[in-house]
Amino acid sequence: MKIVILVKQVPEADKVAVDPETGTLIREGVDSILNPYCEYALDQAVKLKQELPELNIEITAITMGPPQAKAVLYRCLGLGADKGYLLSDRKFAGSDVWVTSTALKEGIVHIEPNFDLILAGKQAIDGDTAQVPAETAEQLGIPQITYGVDVKVNGKRVEVKRETETGYQILSTRMPALVTMSKGSNIRRIPSMQQVLDSRNKPIETLTATDMNIDENKIGLQASPTQVDKIFAPPAKTGGEIVDGSDPKIAAQKLLNYLVENNFIKG
Amino acid sequence: MLEVNIEACTGCKACERVCPFGAIIVVPETKKAKVLDNCTLCGACVSACNFEALSIERKAISEEELAKFNKVFVWGEWEKKDGKIVIKNVALELLGKGRELANKLGESLAILLLGKEVEHLVPILIHHGADIVYLCEHELLEEYSTDGYATVISSVIAAEKPSVVLYGATPNGRDLAPRIAARLALGLTADCTGLDINENRQLLQTRPAFGGNIMASILSPYTRPQMSSVRPNVFPKPDPDENKTGEIVRIDVNLKPFSIRTKIIEEITSHDEGINIEEAQILVSVGRGIGNKENFKVVENLAKVLDGTVSGSRALVDMGWLPHPQQVGQSGKTVAPTLYIAFGISGAIQHLVGMTSSNTIIAVNNDVEAPIFKVADFGIVGNMHEIIPEFIKLLEEHKQKN
Repeated sequence: MKIVILVKQVPEADKVAVDPETGTLIREGVDSILNPYCEYALDQAVKLKQELPELNIEITAITMGPPQAKAVLYRCLGLGADKGYLLSDRKFAGSDVWVTSTALKEGIVHIEPNFDLILAGKQAIDGDTAQVPAETAEQLGIPQITYGVDVKVNGKRVEVKRETETGYQILSTRMPALVTMSKGSNIRRIPSMQQVLDSRNKPIETLTATDMNIDENKIGLQASPTQVDKIFAPPAKTGGEIVDGSDPKIAAQKLLNYLVENNFIKG
Repeated sequence: MLEVNIEACTGCKACERVCPFGAIIVVPETKKAKVLDNCTLCGACVSACNFEALSIERKAISEEELAKFNKVFVWGEWEKKDGKIVIKNVALELLGKGRELANKLGESLAILLLGKEVEHLVPILIHHGADIVYLCEHELLEEYSTDGYATVISSVIAAEKPSVVLYGATPNGRDLAPRIAARLALGLTADCTGLDINENRQLLQTRPAFGGNIMASILSPYTRPQMSSVRPNVFPKPDPDENKTGEIVRIDVNLKPFSIRTKIIEEITSHDEGINIEEAQILVSVGRGIGNKENFKVVENLAKVLDGTVSGSRALVDMGWLPHPQQVGQSGKTVAPTLYIAFGISGAIQHLVGMTSSNTIIAVNNDVEAPIFKVADFGIVGNMHEIIPEFIKLLEEHKQKN
């Protein structure tokens, strides 16, 4: 069985900030990481591989990004992926969701045309759009299940526990299929030293648009239906009254007074 | 491609400072800007350059072509409550915003209503602003499915040529909208917090990026319809006008069982069926500062005396102390209660974007530097574990007196 994991390198989002004075980005000390939800997807794939040895599961990690995005592939290999592919080309610059999913589709078809299951994170913590996996599934013409927390393989079918607004639902579909993963019982692991060393012997390949025979007119900004008009800092918030709460009795009284004054509690 | 006009470039580094991706640098030797491989063509540097040294070539489409598309569409998502089908608030909120956009464009506002027997929802949709209800009823649309809903909506869009389509960014909305976008090769902007029409009659879609640290405004200049998703509680629900009239257009739905490839085996409602933090008026929200699971009882007790509902940050859901439907924030729900009380929540940006629309925010945290205080109307720097029991005691005394 062949599982493809779609992964993304993201900045540690909560560390990116805008300087309120100049409106410019403060980038110092911002590390790039493997998107946490992609790690959950990988963790799920590794679990399936361990639980179902008879299926000879092979895990292929694919990412699209600049050359430095290779770092997340090394992490995937350390965490249990068998091989990694970086789709990287200057011609991809300016790609929005539609074009990114086009490139990923072409990459998947080129690298692993006989895949059974594609796993991806439910969203990336930088853009939070949650759209690329679903658009990729549509372009591949395969069914999708989003917001999965647990995946079971049952013959030719995959059964997924999916988060809904009120709880969960169990959905089933025939493979090949794409499933996006929320956290569930999956965890972010730290590869052992041995795993890191072993990963250096696993293959990573970089593919350009030409390598994948992608029509240049289908990629990059020119092909992207959405375009960023401008980027700006959100309006700064200053906050209201802040009181000292070192004496809990006084603090509780102040809280009660505030709620009464603002009609949340009848006075 | 981002082009640098080397002659116009003064090496002032304005581009280097504004680039969100560190993708343009001024080379020390030449004192000229250089574009690196990770440039996404976002255009931040182009607007920052005072010397017109940077340019991005963008495609244009004729006005004639664009004018063929008109009408603002909203997906009318519904849910089942106590066995009854009711329209979701986010669909009504989108009708409010959609009405505004349609008026600016001089176009009509239509809603797509899919289901098995959903005609009873038509009046409420018209009263909340819809001029046209596209009623798509079919046996196989009884439950939401990616394939069934995407197929029907794509075909209505292709036939009716709307200029704008809006979706609620609910789990199903986020499952559906990208499927349609990919099928029709359209742009889709997720989780918009602002929607407007610019001077070129384009939909100006504003959304937070990098977890809300930056705002981006996004256009779909040469494809139609322009599609966006909006989280619940971002736009206000319009007041209904019971005298408003509208038209029902019945769509012939042609679906076969095999065209829906995903089957629902089981629905599991999590233990707190009555809890919907998106609709709660008072939320008592807790974060990592709660310390251990046992302290939850005190918080639940507080929520009870305040007639509120318990919600929490992602940390608590990740630790398994709180079910996911009660999570506030970027990877959970967006809430806008009249009162949001945050205990032991530091206020990571991912949390703040999920609750800053609340009417009144109160924060209790032992760290005076916690970012939550920046958005709080009233903050207490102190120990929540000491303050909550004292407060419950005082509140109970207060209630007895009054």
